[in-house]
Amino acid sequence: MKFWIAMGVLAAAAIGLALSPVNEYFFYAAYVVLTYVVLATAWNILGGYAGYVNFGTPAFFGIGAYAAVVLMRWLHAPLALQIAAAALMGGLLGFGVGMLTLRLRGIFFAIATVAVIFIMETLMINWRYVGGATGLQLIRPDVMAPFASYTRMLFVVMALMAIAAVAIARYIQDSWIGRGLRAVRDSEEAAEANGVPTLRLKLLACTVMGALMAAAGAPMPMYLSFIEPASTFNLSYTVGALGSAIIGGMSHWLGPIVGALLLGSLQQIITVTISGEVNVLVVGVLLVLFVVLAPQGLLGLFKRWLPFSR
Amino acid sequence: MAPLLKVTKVSKHFGGFTALNGVSLEIAEGERFGLIGPNGSGKTTLINCIAGALRNESGQIVFQGREVSGLPAYQRTRLGIARSFQIPRPFHTMTVLENLLVPTAYVVHLKDTEGEAEAMAILKAMGLADKAHTPASQLSQVELRKLELARAMAARPRLLISDEAMAGLAGAEVDEVLRILFDLNEKGITIIMIEHIMQAVMRFSQRVVCLDAGAIICEGAPAAIVQDPNVQRAYLGA
Amino acid sequence: MIFSFDLLFEAILFGILLGCFYAAVSIGLSVSFGLLDVPHVAHPAIMVFGSYCTYIVASHGLDPILSGVVLMPAFFVLGVLIYRFYYETFERRGADAAVRGLAFFFGLAFIIEVGLILGFGVDQRTVQAPYIGSSLALGDYRIPYRMLVAFGVALVLTFALTLYLSKTFTGRAIKAVAQDEPALRLMGANPVRIKQWAFGIATGVSALAGAMLIIIGPVEPALDRVYIGRTFCVVVLAGLGSMTGTLAAGLILGIAESIVLMLFGASWAPAVAFGLLLIVLGIRPQGLFGR
Repeated sequence: MKFWIAMGVLAAAAIGLALSPVNEYFFYAAYVVLTYVVLATAWNILGGYAGYVNFGTPAFFGIGAYAAVVLMRWLHAPLALQIAAAALMGGLLGFGVGMLTLRLRGIFFAIATVAVIFIMETLMINWRYVGGATGLQLIRPDVMAPFASYTRMLFVVMALMAIAAVAIARYIQDSWIGRGLRAVRDSEEAAEANGVPTLRLKLLACTVMGALMAAAGAPMPMYLSFIEPASTFNLSYTVGALGSAIIGGMSHWLGPIVGALLLGSLQQIITVTISGEVNVLVVGVLLVLFVVLAPQGLLGLFKRWLPFSR
Repeated sequence: MAPLLKVTKVSKHFGGFTALNGVSLEIAEGERFGLIGPNGSGKTTLINCIAGALRNESGQIVFQGREVSGLPAYQRTRLGIARSFQIPRPFHTMTVLENLLVPTAYVVHLKDTEGEAEAMAILKAMGLADKAHTPASQLSQVELRKLELARAMAARPRLLISDEAMAGLAGAEVDEVLRILFDLNEKGITIIMIEHIMQAVMRFSQRVVCLDAGAIICEGAPAAIVQDPNVQRAYLGA
Repeated sequence: MIFSFDLLFEAILFGILLGCFYAAVSIGLSVSFGLLDVPHVAHPAIMVFGSYCTYIVASHGLDPILSGVVLMPAFFVLGVLIYRFYYETFERRGADAAVRGLAFFFGLAFIIEVGLILGFGVDQRTVQAPYIGSSLALGDYRIPYRMLVAFGVALVLTFALTLYLSKTFTGRAIKAVAQDEPALRLMGANPVRIKQWAFGIATGVSALAGAMLIIIGPVEPALDRVYIGRTFCVVVLAGLGSMTGTLAAGLILGIAESIVLMLFGASWAPAVAFGLLLIVLGIRPQGLFGR
């Protein structure tokens, strides 16, 4: 119950912020950070809870973005419908990749997710309808009442999506599904021997992950007023999602949030003050440091320093 | 009366290596059955084929009158076949109690409130009740072995396969595990025991089968098995 | 779509040369991942790093192939260090090892790639050599000399490594540790030392593979990405642990890519490896000759 009250407060705060005279740049930056909250939370459902590493975040994110573009061009669909369609496509992709490779060892799944990025990118590069390699310009309304700008509206949308993603992750974590996934992660063989339908649970986690990641990608084309394959299928989404979850902590839904907020903010600062490449390097180094030294992430470190634990 | 488990001409290969070569056996309900054989003879492979961790390439495995060769392991557990692992595989990020809540939820389909009650009862019988809220990663070897059995028990099995539950344990600990297995059998659970500790197998089993190089070389009462020249040759070499 | 038997033949010829090259750059991964089970997604990145090192050494006047050979001992040491670190940090402590190992190597690959961008920029680099730029004329067909050189080195490398693994004592120990580590321990050999030696060899070979990479064509820091597809495709298609399979798998990939290139153009060619990989994983994950 406390959770829902907190979420309600956050939602109200987001709307309130969007209606306030805060600097426009804040919403541009916050949108990106919130996107990473959704991506990291989604990643963690399969990566943290079940122990299967997905390198293919850009593929799911990208299929969502392009699904949104297709719906926009074809049906002039409103954003809500675009997001729904994106989630559907992302879920299907997750299910498909899962069916293909979740029976095999984790590394095969991981490599398959890399393959999907490339294949999706190649398909989009060769599809004129969505702009091909050069991309597509998109026109979006300047204003979206009651908000002063379209960006503010997107910020609120992404905030609500983040809340939804976290709620879903929390539900999965605390339910019998979560226990089954944890059993799969701890010892897949023992889980199977103890009645856990391992493949089905993995597929469920993979499908949910795919749907959420794609949903996060849907508003992106409108955010940029532009879509093109290279930046959409950018590998920095991989590092961002994976890194946020690992740095924040993989065993609890709070971890990806903490990680994404930290990494997202850090990234904004470094990119603006030093350079985009150094920023990426820093994220990579942090990822390796945490994987080696603090595998339980910031949450894990926190637990060790606090006298009590959850 | 129809046997609880009927294995007929089961074979399994790994590349060019034949792990099981047409193995057949029958196990009656309520029986205490011992499976012995030197290292590499195929005992664990046979167990894995029965429990579903591996698929046999030929032959039938019929449990309670139902052919199970094609079923995934989790479905076989739900039908009543439980197994412990030779090298304990606890769910190490969970507590001892939570370990048992996996089978109570997934095999017996109990809600956690009922599952906890049943799990605690099992832990008490195993002597692990005071460790219920200890993370499984902090248990000793003996405790881990007991956890393996306790977790298998929480699945309310008809057939329990104990895979070298006593490996590396010393005198009193062996007796403890043996007592637990006898108690379980008393409650009506059929038990297949794989062990290297001969005196334990002989004390426990009503019938023993000896495997060597993927085939059964001897079958019978414990006393007869020990005398059998084939068995002695298999263990001591030609 | 342009199609003619002449073009097809040329594509197949090119594909064979390319395929042997793919086999050679994948053979390091065949050892590190196929035999040693290390989730080495950083293999292509290290190879690209080798290309840049070759670029530096070659800029002092040394032939690129020789540069690669010269770099091999240093890369061997690098490989030993990486494996040692991986083993101590991840393989030893079982918990979450799979996730952490994968994340580690991915992070490593990423750091290498970004490091190269920071050091060399995103522009492509090439090397010069007498055999780069001209072609051999065979009747109506022209085969670039650099492809022949790479083909030659690739064959030598593949056969040398295959022979090493099957004929020498250490080589057979490496294969043994992949199949039955406890048995090896019982024989008195130290599995960790053997694995680290094997990983060192695999990394040393990557230096030479990197040299061939920059001979075949220009390199850029992001090149490791498409080679993740190519190398893993070859290793999985071959079947984990099969050295001879690597050559066959490389040829299949090379010819497939070459034909796709001819029929559909350059924008589709990089996806061939990834597509083939997915197909193999779906239909026959143990590959052609897997254990």
